[in-house]
Amino acid sequence: MADDVTGSHVTIPHGQKSKTFKSTSEAVVVNTHTVFSVVKRLPEHIQVDDPDVLKKLAKKLERQQIPRRLDYGYKVSLFSHLLQYSRKAPLTQQLSIPSAVIHPAIVRLGLQYSQGIVAGSNARSIALLHAFKQVISDYTTPSNEELSRDLVNKLKPYISFLNQCRPLSASMGNAIKYIKKEISNIPSQFKEDDAKKKLLNCIECFIEEKIVLAAKAIAKSSIEKINDGDVILVYGCSSLVNHILCEAFEKGRKFRVIVVDSRPRLEGREALRRLVQKGISCTYVLISAVSYILPEVSKVFLGAHALLANGYVMSRVGTSQIALVAKAFNVPVLVCCETYKFCERVQTDSFVSNELDDPDDLIVTRKGETQLKDWQQVPRLGLLNLVYDVTPPDFVDLVITDLGMIPCTSVPVVLRVKNVDLL
Amino acid sequence: MPGPYRETDLTEKVEAFLSDLKRGGSGTGPLRGSAETARETTALLRRITAQVRWSSAGDLMEVIRKEGRRMSAAQPSETTVGNMIRRVLKIIREEYARSRGSSEEADQQESLHKLLTSGGLSEENFRQYFTALKANVIEAINELLTELEGTTDNIAMQALEHIHSNEVIMTIGRSRTVEAFLKDAARKRKFHVIVAECAPFCQGHEMATSLSKDGIETTVITDAAIFAVMSRVNKVIIGTQTVLANGGLRAVNGTHTLALAAKHHSTPLIVCAPINFLFISGEILSKVNVHCPVFDYVPPELITLFISNIGGHAPSYIYRLMSELYHPEDHEL
Repeated sequence: MADDVTGSHVTIPHGQKSKTFKSTSEAVVVNTHTVFSVVKRLPEHIQVDDPDVLKKLAKKLERQQIPRRLDYGYKVSLFSHLLQYSRKAPLTQQLSIPSAVIHPAIVRLGLQYSQGIVAGSNARSIALLHAFKQVISDYTTPSNEELSRDLVNKLKPYISFLNQCRPLSASMGNAIKYIKKEISNIPSQFKEDDAKKKLLNCIECFIEEKIVLAAKAIAKSSIEKINDGDVILVYGCSSLVNHILCEAFEKGRKFRVIVVDSRPRLEGREALRRLVQKGISCTYVLISAVSYILPEVSKVFLGAHALLANGYVMSRVGTSQIALVAKAFNVPVLVCCETYKFCERVQTDSFVSNELDDPDDLIVTRKGETQLKDWQQVPRLGLLNLVYDVTPPDFVDLVITDLGMIPCTSVPVVLRVKNVDLL
Repeated sequence: MPGPYRETDLTEKVEAFLSDLKRGGSGTGPLRGSAETARETTALLRRITAQVRWSSAGDLMEVIRKEGRRMSAAQPSETTVGNMIRRVLKIIREEYARSRGSSEEADQQESLHKLLTSGGLSEENFRQYFTALKANVIEAINELLTELEGTTDNIAMQALEHIHSNEVIMTIGRSRTVEAFLKDAARKRKFHVIVAECAPFCQGHEMATSLSKDGIETTVITDAAIFAVMSRVNKVIIGTQTVLANGGLRAVNGTHTLALAAKHHSTPLIVCAPINFLFISGEILSKVNVHCPVFDYVPPELITLFISNIGGHAPSYIYRLMSELYHPEDHEL
């Protein structure tokens, strides 16, 4: 969600009466038309059920000359406010080659996002920043324009395009905010080359400090938490957790790892590959076997996609389940997260803001039969492929960040400190 | 001494049944539902009773125990086979007691007084011969068969008492009992069903296609999304492989996570199981299988209600039903 840091007014969109399947105890959203002078704006990708918002989005995309990606397949009614795309229809097919508006590095990046070639919060942010470095080096200020304002305007259609390819993650949103701030702070007397050099330098610093060095700091703190003889459970493929485990193994700690995986992405296999290459002894299970394997486990290490301001952890779907079962067995749950992924949103359930992946991924052939092959033809059948879920803070025992080890509830404090720094 | 089998096709039938059981276990899942297995076991036991030469109740029980041990050994995880054998043994005891003229209740209740005076277990050796015993036992087994045939319908008939309209119901994997239950309710009420696919065998897919073809609004989710979606679910209805004597369950992989998630959101967890699924266990059964656990143990604290063909019960009542269905001496076959 690319939050625009402008002083614009915000209108709360018309609420819709709950559809038939919501339980009767839920409150009905009230129609209000209030005007706040709040900085944030509700992102469009969670208002797909509102036709006014869709119209405005279509107009904006037309102005920026970016094609609009269409929904695919029957959407489960509980998620009719979210977008659902098919991987077989990437946005780039609707573009003309060469595209006059969008830089080729951004087009390539968008394709990599939508096909899942670049996946994972850190990987996506780093790829984004590298693409922006390319854009900035190729940029020339047109006459009568100031670099600080024009470059920001040039970046807006790119961000819309990437958003259409795949909704932006929290880490990407923070990175974009940082870049925009740096660009607008370029003094007007800078020559173009100097300005570009400064910006490239800023981006390098961001990657170095917030991602690479942060990973080192987190690894250093985490290694204190790993004892000899530990059995550590990890879920899916988190680059940070893999880094921590590899570092701990190199420092000589003796432990074994249980990798938990889930359909349809099966990212755990990638984590397994990386850990086994280092020589760490691993076990592999599917998420339905978690309550079977948990009595053997001494600690659970989880990665995070974002940490929300009310202490909830947003991560790959299934993380909250693992945390729940671990809590039931009294196994400590440690979440590892860099501070640049902290985000000011609040969320209490996995419905209001999420991402729906391609529903066709759920189709599988077992014993020679593909049960869901023609699911589109069956009128009342829906397939739900969620990407994220939120874990309540009472399931998480500790969050390890580059600023130290904090409890989940201290996230808004960190955010406040960070914002004071930025100003 | 148990007499030799008179008919060779009885032996064939027994062998065929045993090999079916063995195959069903070594494949990727049960070859037929547990209810079907129960019916076939009982039919086979009726045949044995009718065709094998036996002179007293003791002989018959020996024969049945011997066959029962073979059948249980063929497929240890299919507990309904053992259960049916114990039911039939109890039937034989009851019919014998009735023929002798003693009342059933006096035999059943092990009061302290009886324990002290009789000095241990009762002295029955079932040696007396009664002409009408065979006919009575076969009639009782027929009644059992009718009860088995009607179980799914009986459970399904209770559906409307438990499902109201516009509900969101969650289930996991594929259970024929739950399928019948939901389809029966769907004839009169509109509701939404979320099916967890239950990897790696993904039986949830079959369940979802079957339900949606009957006009029920269905959604398939992955196992990882169970907790994420649970906050919008009103009820969780599941089937099970076995019900244990303490009110716990042995059910398909992933059920324990589902039960924990339901407990966290205070969502009622309802188990639909025919009464013949009750299983005797001395100590708490933990998981079976090493590589890919096929079953989960769900403790009774996480379960709200059991719906069986004889009505609804709380988990704390299961031990009482157990004592009515099986005789304590038959716990070990």
